[in-house]
Amino acid sequence: MNLNPFALPLVQGHAMTTASPDDAVSAPAIQTASPQVYPPASTNEIKIRAKDVNVFYGDKQALFDVNIDIPGKSVTAFIGPSGCGKSTFLRCINRMNDTIPTAKVTGSIEIDGSDVNAKSVDPVILRSRVGMVFQKPNPFPKTIFENVAYGPRIHGLATGKAELEAIVESSLKKAGLWNEVADRLHQPGTGLSGGQQQRLVIARAIAVGPEVILMDEPCSALDPIATARIEELIDELRNQFCIVIVTHSMAQAARVSQKTAFFHLGKLVESGSTEDMFTNPRDTRTQDYITGRFG
Amino acid sequence: MTEHTVKSYGEELNHLTAEVARMGGLAEAQVSDAVECIARRDAPLAQQVVSRDERLDVLQAEIERKAFKLIALRQPMAVDLRHAVAALKISMSLERCGDMAKNIGKRALILTDAEPMTALTRSIERMGKLVQGRLKDVLDAYSASDLERAIGVWSRDEEVDEHYNAIFRELLTYMMGDPRTINACAHLLFVAKNLERIGDHATNIAEIIHFEITGEEIVSKRPKLDTPR
Amino acid sequence: MTDAAQPAVGSVRAPLTAQQVAMEARLKKRHRAETWFKAQGLAAIIVAMVFLVVLVGRIVGQGYSTFETHTLSVPVYLNPERIDTSDLEGVNYDYIVAEAMMKKLGVVDDDLGLVSGKVMDLTSRDLGFQLLNMLKADKSLIGKTITVTGPFKADADLYFKGEIKRSTPQEDRKLDDQQLNWLDQLKNDGSVKSGFNFAFFTHSDSTEPEQAGVLGAVVGSAMMLLITALIAVPMGVMAAVYLEEFAPKNRWTDVIEVNINNLAAVPSIVYGLLGLALFINWLHVPRSSPLVGGLVLALMALPTVIIATRSALKAVPPSIREAALGVGASKTQTVFHHVLPLAMPGVMTGAILSLAHALGETAPLLMIGMVSFVPGVPEGFTGAATVLPVQVFIWENASERAFHERTAAAIIVLLVFMIVMNAAAVILRRRFERRW
Repeated sequence: MNLNPFALPLVQGHAMTTASPDDAVSAPAIQTASPQVYPPASTNEIKIRAKDVNVFYGDKQALFDVNIDIPGKSVTAFIGPSGCGKSTFLRCINRMNDTIPTAKVTGSIEIDGSDVNAKSVDPVILRSRVGMVFQKPNPFPKTIFENVAYGPRIHGLATGKAELEAIVESSLKKAGLWNEVADRLHQPGTGLSGGQQQRLVIARAIAVGPEVILMDEPCSALDPIATARIEELIDELRNQFCIVIVTHSMAQAARVSQKTAFFHLGKLVESGSTEDMFTNPRDTRTQDYITGRFG
Repeated sequence: MTEHTVKSYGEELNHLTAEVARMGGLAEAQVSDAVECIARRDAPLAQQVVSRDERLDVLQAEIERKAFKLIALRQPMAVDLRHAVAALKISMSLERCGDMAKNIGKRALILTDAEPMTALTRSIERMGKLVQGRLKDVLDAYSASDLERAIGVWSRDEEVDEHYNAIFRELLTYMMGDPRTINACAHLLFVAKNLERIGDHATNIAEIIHFEITGEEIVSKRPKLDTPR
Repeated sequence: MTDAAQPAVGSVRAPLTAQQVAMEARLKKRHRAETWFKAQGLAAIIVAMVFLVVLVGRIVGQGYSTFETHTLSVPVYLNPERIDTSDLEGVNYDYIVAEAMMKKLGVVDDDLGLVSGKVMDLTSRDLGFQLLNMLKADKSLIGKTITVTGPFKADADLYFKGEIKRSTPQEDRKLDDQQLNWLDQLKNDGSVKSGFNFAFFTHSDSTEPEQAGVLGAVVGSAMMLLITALIAVPMGVMAAVYLEEFAPKNRWTDVIEVNINNLAAVPSIVYGLLGLALFINWLHVPRSSPLVGGLVLALMALPTVIIATRSALKAVPPSIREAALGVGASKTQTVFHHVLPLAMPGVMTGAILSLAHALGETAPLLMIGMVSFVPGVPEGFTGAATVLPVQVFIWENASERAFHERTAAAIIVLLVFMIVMNAAAVILRRRFERRW
């Protein structure tokens, strides 16, 4: 007999027995669809694979031999105390560390099998495949429309005004901002509230059609309601994008991600499914950090 | 109440409710079947009741795991926290109910070999129907978050106790009248006790529901009459 | 259970302890020090304002009289005997005008021509030029009587303005009593009108003060500024963009930065010497032209533009650069689409201020020869020109009294020019800043 309760077909509003259907007691109708907490494992291929990544700022080493696999179409969270290297590692994925002259990155970070640090890879093209959202919302000081349209325009993704407008509309819709700004697309982006600005920035990142979205503490400048809306947005987006989020709020990592990685002093201490990490981590350092026994 | 901004959170909470309701339905069915096989002296049914208990145990472990995960990952507050804890506690109560039903089933198997004692089994059946009804009521109250109904179940606890006391006296009378029936009557006594425990669990669940909805314990003492006079 | 918010209970003041007394004394001392500091600041501002008011007041006081001029209307009989139609240029128009004047005044010329000479001292040669031009256009006017209107000579004008007084002894005056009487007479019979001195703005420099104006200098300044702007601003902005955004940060760029800062502090006359040696002697750029002046001042303004642009670029927050890079913009796109437009207010302010500065520079221009007398508007960028500050310098050295008021008037024009440019800088900055 199949003991897995999930395998028993759930009839809407009725409890299930295998004995006599007429004995079945009726329960009032409730939402019985099981939540999409985990996408089916078969579509969860590895999107980003990091091998032996070391990062130096001049003589100071910031990351030591980081090895991690990041699955696609899900949310992976990096947690850890300040200065542990999680943001540094995040910025390696889209080579934003190139802008820092003293930074040196060794090891390989492969997205779909090709190393981002290879000489043949143009950072500009890479960054159109790997979008980034920053801690403080930083829309361009242009109109809302221009903010979203800039990326597609410079990458030549639209062949005419109508196509560009369509891209802007769909990006704003995906970011959950369309209803609020549809009637004021030509007003400055900086006139929106913090939460709206962050969603605008997400729309801007989506507009260039990336496969990966990196988020560096996207909610730390926002109030709880705006944060909840962004988290709901992340929930919706993870069906399309591989999302990697750095957060100093463990609670947020617990709520939002399917896989969590704990960094400490430049090393990747432990990584695993979020449920396991927060209910039963293997490493004592992880447990100490999560339970607040650090320091 | 408005929905959670993060929809998956709301769905997880609802799923937990549904799982508990489902377990409740199973438990109810177990109780009903157990009483049935005492009344009808149905051995195959009793066998089924005994073996189906495992499903309840598995469900309880599953609900426990889900509630645990919800608390760890979602950091529920206020009513959501009470909901998760209530689901845990109710599932434990339901698992105990299931165990009681299994116990009844085991004794039913034994009783099928003995002489039928129709009058007694009829009393047991009546008590069983009452207890079954209470369980159904309280589980309906849980699914619907119906505080009135839960309090109703809670306050009618004495009925079960009255039934139990009556059966106790009846059994004593029987046993004193015909010592050959002591074996069977002893089993029936345990069956009655088990049913009374199930009734208590229903009251327990009602208290848990009250806590989940209002955030407060039911203040007055539970009406108790199980000291037989 | 939670507590509902309790209303605040009023606090009761307890008697002061020794510690609190000491604290109150310290507090008083702090407040006194603050008030004293504020007073010092206010005093400094007041002193600066007083100096400003005194300076501006003096200049305006000296120069405002320039803007008023007196004109004379006199009917002139174009005596055919004096006019030789074959040589109009050679005719002594001044004497013809003097004749008309003497007739008006009711005096007759003596044998030595002293009277006519004195009369010619009063009227401007401009009247004569007017007659020449009229006759050139229409020879048929010979023999007719036409009325010409023109300015008085500088000294007569000064008398009307009260600068030359009868109270001074005659030997110390430019005009003697008889001339003064004539002037009064003309005034009384209504031939004298006073009006705004448009000639000041429509004429260029001249040896005759009453005909001198700033037009040539203004045009020369404008042309020179144009050259300066066209050279210094694009070059300076591009250099700053390169140094700030693209150049690698190493020793060489540090050396360059130090050098640029030093260049901004170099005395301007050194740039004049550089211009003389490089542009005039080696490249043979025409001396005293707006071209060479513009080149020299461009060199001078360049460091300032670079420094202002660099600090404007530095002020753009890195979050904008990161945002642009994050969307996949290249370095160049980031700089030109995002950073530079945002830095524009600062860049424009810096550019306009350095141009305003260049407008007032005199020393280097003197070195490259712009001190010559230029009677007209410069033809083209390679023609001889003068600029406003040099014009002021020239007129200050002139001996005629009338030039003194004109010097001050030219300074006023220069100051107005600079105020306009600074105002433009402020307005442009405000306008662009709003979009940030």
